Amino acid sequence: MSQHTLSVLVENTPGVLARVSGLFMRRGFNIDSLAVGPTEHPEISRMTIVVNVDELPLEQVTKQLNKLVNVLKIVELDSSAAVERELLLIKVKTDATTRGQVLETVQLFRAKVVDVATDAVTIEATGDPGKLAAMLRVLEPFGIREIAQSGRVAIGRGGRSITDRSLRSVPGGSSQAG
Amino acid sequence: MTFQGRPEASEEEYMSEQMSGAKSLIRALECAGVDTVFGIPGGAILPAYDPLFDSTQIRHILVRHEQGAGHAAQGYAVASGKVGVCMATSGPGATNLVTPLADANMDSVPIVAITGQVSSGAIGTDAFQEADIRGITMPISKHSYLVTDPDQIPRVIAEAFHIASTGRPGPVLVDVAKDAMQAMTTFEWPAEVSLPGYRPNIHPHGKQVREAARMIAASVRPVLYVGGGVIKARASQELKILAEMTGIPVVTTLMARGAFPDSHELHLGMPGMHGTVAAVGALQRSDLLICLGARFDDRVTGRLDTFAPEAKVIHADIDPAEISKNRTADVPIVGDCREVIADLIVALQTELDGGASPAFSAWRTHMQSVAKRFPLGYEVPEDGSLAPQQVIERIGKFAGPDATYVAGVGQHQMWASHFIGYERPTSWINSGGLGTMGFGVPAAMGAQVARPGETIWAIDGDGCFQMTNQELATCALEGIPIKVAVINNSSLGMVRQWQTLFYDGRYSNTDLHTGADKAVRIPDFVKLAEAYGCVGLRCERAEDLNGVIEKAMSITDVPVVVDFVVNPDAMVWPMVAVGTSNDDIQVARDMAPDWDDDYLGAEL
Repeated sequence: MSQHTLSVLVENTPGVLARVSGLFMRRGFNIDSLAVGPTEHPEISRMTIVVNVDELPLEQVTKQLNKLVNVLKIVELDSSAAVERELLLIKVKTDATTRGQVLETVQLFRAKVVDVATDAVTIEATGDPGKLAAMLRVLEPFGIREIAQSGRVAIGRGGRSITDRSLRSVPGGSSQAG
Repeated sequence: MTFQGRPEASEEEYMSEQMSGAKSLIRALECAGVDTVFGIPGGAILPAYDPLFDSTQIRHILVRHEQGAGHAAQGYAVASGKVGVCMATSGPGATNLVTPLADANMDSVPIVAITGQVSSGAIGTDAFQEADIRGITMPISKHSYLVTDPDQIPRVIAEAFHIASTGRPGPVLVDVAKDAMQAMTTFEWPAEVSLPGYRPNIHPHGKQVREAARMIAASVRPVLYVGGGVIKARASQELKILAEMTGIPVVTTLMARGAFPDSHELHLGMPGMHGTVAAVGALQRSDLLICLGARFDDRVTGRLDTFAPEAKVIHADIDPAEISKNRTADVPIVGDCREVIADLIVALQTELDGGASPAFSAWRTHMQSVAKRFPLGYEVPEDGSLAPQQVIERIGKFAGPDATYVAGVGQHQMWASHFIGYERPTSWINSGGLGTMGFGVPAAMGAQVARPGETIWAIDGDGCFQMTNQELATCALEGIPIKVAVINNSSLGMVRQWQTLFYDGRYSNTDLHTGADKAVRIPDFVKLAEAYGCVGLRCERAEDLNGVIEKAMSITDVPVVVDFVVNPDAMVWPMVAVGTSNDDIQVARDMAPDWDDDYLGAEL
């Protein structure tokens, strides 16, 4: 099994997230991560879905996704030709003696401190999954009190856009039904 | 796209007029060409029933259970070639449609279900008769809508009919909030449907078709593995031309019975768990499966890893997700079966003109001899009691290939598939994929509405019949004179057969007490038929069979129910046991054809 990142353009209608996640569930595919957000077109949303499957099942799940009426386009992003990012918020235990070391780690990973308390700091970090995992390993010994991590978002490198062509026929404005 | 059935008086004012959402809904159904709706009113759908009362175009048939409405819409859809429509209220009304929707989804039947929903302000509050039917039906429908804005009603209805009837057909649910039906709106029928995420692939790729033609020309033991897609695509004529020009043997799946005439010399019958030895054997021994609108269902393939081990696969289907789902295709072709076959005929002709001289005749002759050696058969009891196969075969003889046969699910369904003899598409209607017991009576009702004046026989089992026979009341009152043959073996026969074969004859909970022991008939199907305003007949002896069928055939103004009390020990043969290879097919209990003998193991 290998990890695949799918960018799925969907109509921004109620229920579309349930349709997509439900399809993965009932066809027996596990989602490693899923992130949904708006695109440059208000009537279109973009889902970035990370799945851990072999080639053949991936083809099957892509075909099944394509059958959903609200799904406009599916592109598999090759990680070597795409920028992939996750956002991580980490609350690390600190005291007077360890704070300096923690802040040094923050700088090393080009993260930043977004909140400070007497006994903890909260760090915001973005990066590819490898970098975030490395940072977590370094911070581990200080005591991690809480983490919140986003799903992965990804975009292809270069000047081309996957949204260009699929959107021409989408009617403007959001709709009640769907 | 344009919509047929748009009323002649489609003046501008008709097409954009102030009215309630409910009236807009009915107007939209009229514009979509609807002439029949099967349904039951209730609280949340009540506003729609008021303008429906005034519609001169739409006949509403009041059923007795929403499941009946759904299956009737399916029967109507298959028999008419149009979209079937059913209507129900929110909550339990809607959830009662779940089974027919799932059934239509599995068998690709175009139906639109309209359900009332509680008012938009009450959605999500666990209001009286509230159920999230859009959410519930997501996995079992082609698409589903919740409408809370009355202005959206015409667009959604137009889209629903378009989605249901195009591409791979299927069920679409439209849930309409009560307040959207009560609010005022402007009716505007959309000139076009705009669905950017929905583009069915109709036209096959020329390169793939030519590749398929080359592969066929080079094959030695090809088989046309024909599925329900050929019937949906109305491609029977094309299929016949293809089969006859090449002489390739044909097998038709349960969903494709009638796509190719049973009387045709190239037809080897139905493949699968209860398929003929010739059909199953042909697939197993084939070197090329030409799969047209079929989906390698587990009931056809048996154990997948031993299915047709030497065969390459050409797989044509309008649904790309079916291709290489279960069995990897060597040549995938996405497209409408009618276009695929038509293009294939042309491409094959080019191959032949180019000097290709395929030699299928040895293979064809061989499989035809297998078919002769292992015909379908059954034992006629010596004590004069009725063999169920004999009853069904005789009904087929009397009613002929012009009648429509609708089955439930179980032994009687398999026998009806085997012993009637189908000569034309859509003369056989049944629940294949979902296997819904109780499909028969309501689906026959829907088929009869679509085919008034024609003979519709529901071939039902005593178990199935007890699940949905309340629709006999609908049939009697609405003048829908279906004929029901209850193949009454007084038990859940198919389950009982498995208990006989795999559970040492321990008949746990399969005895229904409907007549095998003549002292107990609960219910008495003749009395039940009469209570519902139908004619009830009974036949228990082989000597009476012709007379009773003739009597039933002579009654054309009211529904007829015939209680055929048959031998409960009859079993469906041939059979491939679940989880075994198709090579292990048995023609009768502990009787397997010898695959190594001259007939089946011959090297060709």
